Amino acid sequence: MNIVVCVKQVPDTASERNLKTDDKTLDREAADGLMNELDEYAVEEALQIKEAQGGEVTVLTMGPDKAAETIRKALSMGADKAVHLVDDALHGSDALQTSAALAQALRKIGFDLVILGSESTDARTGVLAAMLAERLGVPQLSLAGKVEIDGGNVRVERQTDYGHDKVEGSLPAVVSVVEKINEPRYPSFKGIMAAKKKPVEKLAVGDIELDAAAVGLGNAPTQVVEFAAAPPRAAGTIVTDEGEGGAQAADFLASKKFV
Amino acid sequence: MAEVLVLVDHFDGDIKKVTLELLTLARRFGEPSAVWVGPGYDGAKDRLAEYGAAKVYVADGELADYVVAPKAELLAKLAGENSPAAILVSATPEGKEVAGRLAVKLDSGVLTDVVDVNGDLVAEHSIFGGATIVQAKVATGTPIIAVRPNAVAPVAEAGAAAEEQVSVELSDAAKGAKIVDRVVQAKGERPELTEAAIVVSGGRGVGGAENFSVIENLADSLGAAVGASRAATDAGWYPHAFQVGQTGKTVSPQLYIAVGISGAIQHRAGMQTSKTIVAINKDPEAPIFELADYGVVGDLFNVVPQLVEEIDKRK
Ligand SMILES: Cc1cc2nc3c(=O)[nH]c(=O)nc-3n(C[C@H](O)[C@H](O)[C@H](O)COP(=O)(O)OP(=O)(O)OC[C@H]3O[C@@H](n4cnc5c(N)ncnc54)[C@H](O)[C@@H]3O)c2cc1C
Ligand SMILES: Nc1ncnc2c1ncn2[C@@H]1O[C@H](COP(=O)(O)O)[C@@H](O)[C@H]1O
Repeated sequence: MNIVVCVKQVPDTASERNLKTDDKTLDREAADGLMNELDEYAVEEALQIKEAQGGEVTVLTMGPDKAAETIRKALSMGADKAVHLVDDALHGSDALQTSAALAQALRKIGFDLVILGSESTDARTGVLAAMLAERLGVPQLSLAGKVEIDGGNVRVERQTDYGHDKVEGSLPAVVSVVEKINEPRYPSFKGIMAAKKKPVEKLAVGDIELDAAAVGLGNAPTQVVEFAAAPPRAAGTIVTDEGEGGAQAADFLASKKFV
Repeated sequence: MAEVLVLVDHFDGDIKKVTLELLTLARRFGEPSAVWVGPGYDGAKDRLAEYGAAKVYVADGELADYVVAPKAELLAKLAGENSPAAILVSATPEGKEVAGRLAVKLDSGVLTDVVDVNGDLVAEHSIFGGATIVQAKVATGTPIIAVRPNAVAPVAEAGAAAEEQVSVELSDAAKGAKIVDRVVQAKGERPELTEAAIVVSGGRGVGGAENFSVIENLADSLGAAVGASRAATDAGWYPHAFQVGQTGKTVSPQLYIAVGISGAIQHRAGMQTSKTIVAINKDPEAPIFELADYGVVGDLFNVVPQLVEEIDKRK
């Protein structure tokens, strides 16, 4: 089984994140980068499938040089090799463009199963699994809270707002996993050492049969017009409970017509 | 006036409130045409007319039997035939996936998690946990916009809701992921978290699964949905499906009450666009108070029961 897991490096949500004033893109240099937390579940699921069925796990990431740190983490967890799509021409690509680039890279790598996280914590679009399935013409088994591979078939429990759908498709397929599908492992010391020797292939736009005019900020199908810091909320009223706190809160709710 | 396609979000004919919000929004830049997929249309059409749908494209049958792709194929077909000014879907996980596939099919830009759209189709997002407000637009193709529930207030306005049956010959690729069973969890009486006008959330301060009844009592006295912080869902006190925040649900209710929640940035990411925020926490330094329109510093086990009692008195 040839499994490719798509991971993204994102700025640490705990650090201050900003858009750059010159080109209105995320300032990735200013904040510490780490693996999108939701992608840890994708890596773990890939490793568990490999452990049960055999095969190989390839990590795919598109991002600047710095994203190599995130590749290293996935390799330390146990992935076998990695492909790093890195090219200045990709800077500022939006979701649609990113999906075009990742789809071309996936075609080049070859796959039975592609696994993604459900959402990146910086862009938060949650669209990539759907876009990749559409571009690659393979089944979309997304938002999975459970994945079962049985020969050439995949069954997932797709999380919905009312519970879940049981969904079936056949390989090759694109899967995305939701938080808490599994318990992502920590890299072991041995894993960290082994990761240093694992192959990381760098690809540029020219290597994946993608027209440079199809990606990058200047060609993006969506554009940021302007941005600003959110206006601060007006300071609220804070009271200390001295036996009447609940009643005071009820008065407030009544004044706002909530009761 | 240009047509705007609005994908109806419903559960077996039960229309989600967000659909009415989308119809309201669509009227700012065109004439809304609702797009209905799946069973239950007959019971729902009056509601669509009431909120200004000029037309309703109705496709039932097998489209709802497969994951997401058929909806995108239908919308792509309608877009090809009618050149709409924009296509609106709800920014739910499924709505966003429909938008994603459609964007690829139409080679159009897609904006997700939008909280407002003006008459020129410039969309507003709230990013980085609400710290930054971004205005963005689609520069290529038909704007595809996924709008968050509760972003705008639904306003009724009569529409003709002229019904047009439509069908689409599904591609094999669209039938790749078949829904073989649907497991519906007992929903109970409470409104759905992302749709609710009022949300009451509990955090680590609640102290245990058994104490969540304190949160539920407050929610029920207000007709609210119940949410939880990650500390509470990680501890197994409340199901993960109710987690609010960065890696949980995003809510934007009229009123959000945070009980025993410190207000970490990742929690704020999921609730910061709530219209009114109330916090109950025993630590006066808790960052949630920076957001609160009203805060009570105190022990939740004293404050919340009294609050419930007082609400009941005022009913
Ligand atoms: C990548 C990432 C994603 C995350 N995603 C999410 C997410 O989606 N949602 C989320 O919520 N968190 C998320 N977190 C976790 C987040 O950082 C916080 O750890 C979490 O929100 C804390 O939950 P809490 O406020 O309930 O707990 P705490 O921070 O422990 O706060 C508990 C509060 O309860 C108060 N308290 C205690 N006892 C009482 C009492 N008797 N009466 C009144 N007050 C009391 C305390 O004063 C304290 O302020 C994420 C973290 C990371 C790193
Ligand atoms: N630049 C990227 N490189 C590799 N995978 C990505 C990239 N961006 C997003 N993904 C994957 O797509 C998922 C959804 O991301 P998003 O659609 O941005 O919310 C993530 O969890 C990743 O698995």
